[in-house]
Amino acid sequence: MAELPNRQETLSLDTFMRGLWEENPVFVMLLGMCPVLAVTNTTINALAMGLATTFVLVCSSLLVSLLRDWIPKQVRIASYIVIIATFVTMVDYGIQAISLELYAALGAFIQLIVANCVILGRAEAYASKQRLHTTLVNSLGMGAGFTLALLSLGTVREVLGSGTLLGIPVFPADFQPWVVMILPPGGFFVLGAWLLLFNWLRLRKEHKARAQLEVSAHAS
Amino acid sequence: MQAEPLSLIFLNAAVVNNFVLALFLGICPFLGVSAKKETAWNMGLATMFVMLVSSAAAYGINWLLTELDLLFLRLICYIAVIASAVQLVEMFVKRFSPALFRSLGIFLPLITTNCAILGLALFQTSKEYDLVQSLVYALGAGAGFTLALMLMAGLREKLALARVPSVSQGAAMSLMLAGLLSLAFMGFAGLGGSHG
Repeated sequence: MAELPNRQETLSLDTFMRGLWEENPVFVMLLGMCPVLAVTNTTINALAMGLATTFVLVCSSLLVSLLRDWIPKQVRIASYIVIIATFVTMVDYGIQAISLELYAALGAFIQLIVANCVILGRAEAYASKQRLHTTLVNSLGMGAGFTLALLSLGTVREVLGSGTLLGIPVFPADFQPWVVMILPPGGFFVLGAWLLLFNWLRLRKEHKARAQLEVSAHAS
Repeated sequence: MQAEPLSLIFLNAAVVNNFVLALFLGICPFLGVSAKKETAWNMGLATMFVMLVSSAAAYGINWLLTELDLLFLRLICYIAVIASAVQLVEMFVKRFSPALFRSLGIFLPLITTNCAILGLALFQTSKEYDLVQSLVYALGAGAGFTLALMLMAGLREKLALARVPSVSQGAAMSLMLAGLLSLAFMGFAGLGGSHG
């Protein structure tokens, strides 16, 4: 993180948007990849996982931010993990109560939210230094960015892999689904393809900026 | 489940349901420390050691919590035990091999958030393995993790000398490679029974 220690950020739109785009946890920082690849074989799973992670992320960041003056430096990681594990246990039982079907589909990955480095990373790099309201906005942005990334994988994999979107068929009946997309290799391929797309956009932007610079240099 | 032979448990965890390439556990270190074969090998061994320790500990905790009827504390206890096991390995490595300690860098403490280890503890609980079965399962998972890491490191060492289009440099290319590896591992499907 570029933030200096002890510098309190003032609240702005950027506090939220950064997580969504500039510092997107999945596409830019490459954190928390395991659930991104594992539970995105349908859109609904991706959405549920995104929301569950966002809930844990926001709640644990808030608590860490509240307790930031009382947690001793030496045991901070352990304290964060216990805080995170508490909220994950809550989500785990919550999803079991809401939909057993969803619980079976997500499997162990709900409990594995504990080991999602996005959450621990936020606690360590942001929530432990910043005030409550900026932490709330920032972690909401990060959660939204994570959910967005999960959804962008989930929709592509479901549409290509089973020919449906949210369970509704989108292709004519004679469409042959690309089964590989909902199998493990598909996860790697689709994420790789998204990263390719973002790389290409970034390179094109840089290229354009350079061309513009040259044009203006010629003009003067 | 009880009648499952040990060799099958090992094979199942190591290749058929490879933790990295089929179950998507431990992707972060898989992408992070697979640039060189030597580091990958050491990382694999460290992870396997933590797996063995935490697998035995998780078995004990699960038994204790079942006796006390406190199962909702399972997740918190597991992660606490894993964190301490990682701390132990870290101290050990720092004391006996400072060079290795430097080359593993941030990824050593991050074994705590390696979901392969927590996943292992959760899977062995849900499969109701006894102590010996759990240890064999952990050994298989560690071997599978090391195997995936080594294969990836070998590929990436070759890739470093190859000419890659500039758009696909870095993570995008690694993910494509991982996808191909994962395709190859699908060939093992059905060898050791399905994942349950």
